[in-house]
Amino acid sequence: MITINEDLCKGCNLCKEFCPLKVYEESKIPNKKGIHVPCPKNENKCTKCGLCILMCPDQAIAVDDKDED
Amino acid sequence: MDKTNQNRFMKYLRTDRLPNIFCPGCGNGIVMNAFFNGMERAEIDFDNLALVSGIGCSSRVPGYIKCDSLHTTHGRPIAFATGLKLANPELDVVVFTGDGDAAAIGGNHLIHGARRNIDLTVICINNSIYGMTGGQISPTSPTGSYGSTAPFGAVEKPFDLSELTKAAGATYVSRWTTAHPVQLANAIKAGLQNKGFSFIEAVSQCPTYFGRKNKMKTAVSMMQWMKAESITKRRAEKMDVTDLKDKLIVGEFQNKNEAEFTEQICKLIGDKCTTGKPSSIKSAFKED
Repeated sequence: MITINEDLCKGCNLCKEFCPLKVYEESKIPNKKGIHVPCPKNENKCTKCGLCILMCPDQAIAVDDKDED
Repeated sequence: MDKTNQNRFMKYLRTDRLPNIFCPGCGNGIVMNAFFNGMERAEIDFDNLALVSGIGCSSRVPGYIKCDSLHTTHGRPIAFATGLKLANPELDVVVFTGDGDAAAIGGNHLIHGARRNIDLTVICINNSIYGMTGGQISPTSPTGSYGSTAPFGAVEKPFDLSELTKAAGATYVSRWTTAHPVQLANAIKAGLQNKGFSFIEAVSQCPTYFGRKNKMKTAVSMMQWMKAESITKRRAEKMDVTDLKDKLIVGEFQNKNEAEFTEQICKLIGDKCTTGKPSSIKSAFKED
């Protein structure tokens, strides 16, 4: 499961750009800070490579790999 | 947000200081992630780590990391780190510095640290501009790039920090960009494991100043530019010099073994000390 911490995300969209499988999409509605936080639309494509965790400059992304056993 | 699904690097961060002060898309956070990843894989004890930084955007990184850190005067992190390492040789000392910090005001400390081959890991976040003070041209700004002190383009030639430290005698030198986070983490891992002066140049993006003044307004466009312009060292060796103009050569520049400074000093003190075995600062607090 991919979780994006809205308090930490600054909307730089690096995760959306650098995800090799294009899991993320920009959200249409801004949050309370006015930031378009990306949403993991195509989460079923995610292979949990962890590149978005390395790429996120604000440590906002968490990918949980425990839910699928 | 529940604690079960947290970013995996959150355990190393001072969470009360977050969100960090860096601009959206700043490369400092990516270097921080790569450092944690490299540190985990190098099996460095987090409690035995000391971070030293100077002044600048990049030097704010240790302020967010939950370990012992020194925020020192401008350009002097390597000088402070040298003292720290000599006082307690068991510590793993890592220096976070920027291009203005390491190449401009602290240029001498950098080359003398490399000359001595003291066991430090210097991570230089090179964003080619002075980001904190308003976008002035720095010693690593490429020729022709724009800044607030170069409205018609920089005239002077930039410093090649990796070649400089290699020539000065560093035993591990590597350069990667923030668009290569996995390779950067590998370089940091190798630098932490290397016994001697390790210099890792992380070419980073500054969308707020460098990007805005050089027609790359977003972090995404800056990182795509860095990715397109970078050529690995192995490929660059086969290419013509004229083709390599304005290109960014990335890769491992130096990896060798040489005598380390602190070991030599400790051995010398042990040999010459007439009043028994010398003790480190840390043991002064223990009752023997």
